[in-house]
Amino acid sequence: MGAAMFFGCAGVAFGPALALVLLTVAAEPLRVIILVAGAFFWLVSLLLASLIWFVSVRLSDREDARLQFGLLVFGAAVSVLLQELFRFAYFKLLKKADEGLAMVSEDGRSPISLKQMAYVSGLSFGIISGVFSVINILADSMGPGVVGIHGDSPYYFLTSAFLTMALVFLHTFWGVIFFDACEKRRYWCLGLVVASHLVTSGLTFLNPWYEASLVPIYIIVVCMGAWAFFTAGGSIHNVLKCLSCKREEDSHVMMYSALRVPLED
Amino acid sequence: MITFTNNSDSEEEPCNERTSLMSAESPPVPSYQDGLQAPEAGEAQTHRKRRTGSGRSPSSAANGSTSGSSLPVRESAQENEEEELTLKYGAKHVIMLFVPVTLCMIVVVATIKSVRFYTEKNGQLIYTPFSEDTPSVGQRLLNSVLNTIVMISVIVVMTVFLVLLYKYRCYKFIHGWLILSSLMLLFLFTYIYLGEVLKTYNVAMDYPTLILIIWNFGAVGMICIHWKGPLQLQQAYLIMISALMALVFIKYLPEWSAWVILGAISIYDLMAVLCPKGPLRMLVETAQERNEPIFPALIYSSAMMWTVGMAKPDAAARGPSQQMWDTAEDGRVNHRSPLHSNSEILETRTPGTTHPVTSLEELEEEERGVKLGLGDFIFYSVLVGKAAATASGDWNTTLACFVAILIGLCLTLLLLAVFKKALPALPISITFGLVFYFSTDNLVRPFMDTLASHQLYI
Repeated sequence: MGAAMFFGCAGVAFGPALALVLLTVAAEPLRVIILVAGAFFWLVSLLLASLIWFVSVRLSDREDARLQFGLLVFGAAVSVLLQELFRFAYFKLLKKADEGLAMVSEDGRSPISLKQMAYVSGLSFGIISGVFSVINILADSMGPGVVGIHGDSPYYFLTSAFLTMALVFLHTFWGVIFFDACEKRRYWCLGLVVASHLVTSGLTFLNPWYEASLVPIYIIVVCMGAWAFFTAGGSIHNVLKCLSCKREEDSHVMMYSALRVPLED
Repeated sequence: MITFTNNSDSEEEPCNERTSLMSAESPPVPSYQDGLQAPEAGEAQTHRKRRTGSGRSPSSAANGSTSGSSLPVRESAQENEEEELTLKYGAKHVIMLFVPVTLCMIVVVATIKSVRFYTEKNGQLIYTPFSEDTPSVGQRLLNSVLNTIVMISVIVVMTVFLVLLYKYRCYKFIHGWLILSSLMLLFLFTYIYLGEVLKTYNVAMDYPTLILIIWNFGAVGMICIHWKGPLQLQQAYLIMISALMALVFIKYLPEWSAWVILGAISIYDLMAVLCPKGPLRMLVETAQERNEPIFPALIYSSAMMWTVGMAKPDAAARGPSQQMWDTAEDGRVNHRSPLHSNSEILETRTPGTTHPVTSLEELEEEERGVKLGLGDFIFYSVLVGKAAATASGDWNTTLACFVAILIGLCLTLLLLAVFKKALPALPISITFGLVFYFSTDNLVRPFMDTLASHQLYI
């Protein structure tokens, strides 16, 4: 415990998110606004889900542990569904904003594309979801103490951090896939995203049996990542081209010389 | 917040700004005025208008219409362009305000979480005379409402007093008042703050070092805020004094009173800025009539200047180069008139490229930054700081309030771009902040805690 645990877990949980934000979002004001607004939408969804859970707990028998756990499961499921609902609402808002921006811009094109908005909104959901899940745990990890004295897993902090990182990635990928699915009206994609979110959340119920929860979740992350990559327009060809670092000068030169000829006439 | 125009130092032309006023608030001794100025997309237009000789200062929609009447032909074309510029630069202005607000909140939250002093109860201010140590809930609620009434009345009285002073041109008095208040903040409160921080980390410091540090800090702060200084240094000082003031409020306002005061002050702000007879509105209108810049010392400004070419020997830049410059006195107004630009150029820093001088003074396409009154900073930080102090060690509440305030600010700026007139900055943000505070503390926290105890993720 202590600073080492804190910084280590914080780095694991938020390192990729921080890198993504610094490299892709921080420079553009519009993306920062979309990031913060996405966080707001997620918070509202969490608020509603907590309200539902709170009311259900109040109305139920506090002593019954099984019932309480059942209500927790119910609350988690409701929360997942509400998150996806608010993701859809955010999609609607961003679509409208996109049209508005396109209208007032000088060349009729919006300064930010819907795909970029999808990515940033997914990232924002991921970051705020991760932060809300793990920040109190991180704060506790700074202080003194030993984990797992009463028989719980001693890897609590580390696995929490890894789960958070997975969640950040997942939300980003889900954002990309979701927006694309809404745009192209592929409802089966939407259903799959919601289902995978429910499955992921359900897998965390297997904690502390980490082999059964972390490994499948990371498999889901990789699958979703690949799906989002192909949805966003990536392909094997792109990857190879990027890796080979070849420059496309030839075609430009040809175009330029093709343009020059008429002028010199 | 009321924004004042200080004419004693406005050498150059009147500030052609779209000023939007923000929440009004006058804390104990100093009166902190806030003002939010609209993105200066209109600035470019008015700048051109000025060159054609109509030197008006559009301070609000009213002004926009008056200047419109003088140049009807160009108005429509300019308005479209204005619209575009406003929305195009709107996002940049939002970020230019997000950053300082975030910094102020970070300072306050970091202090609250680490320094015990600001969360200990050590008496109350005389502005909240009723104690909250009563056993019954009803009595406590009543006391907090009474405290709020007292506090708001004090603020109203001081605001009206300030407006009257301004109306009757008692500029020296206002100057003196503001100097006294910033002296107190920069020296006394900083001394206390430094003392508490040193105590927390058990660091010893001898008096000569302390005097040296405090003296330098305070003196440079006074110069930066009330006179001239590099823009970023001035911004940093304004953020620091807002944070200090917010910490004082967090320490000395009793719990329930603080929340009720936050709510009441947003309502007051709304009324003071939007009602026809509101003191802030009267202030703006008076400033407009006199063609004076709004009082600069208590407004945070994020001015950015894009110059196309300047006739000055140094710091001339071709193309859009961001020159941050600032003189505290002229309220981030266009520093265009060549006579006075010299003094400003001295303070100019050109972080970007500096190109060789052009001898022609071309059109300065200028974009003014946005202005936000310090009272807004203070109350935002009070909300987040109180959330950090009292939310049972929970970081989720603090973060939720933080996001809520940022979104409120974003929405306010959006409304500003739409309405192009003075708007209060507190209501939307504080409403969101309060809603999120109470709901996160009471609903979300148990939910997330229960989930975390089973290591469930949603």
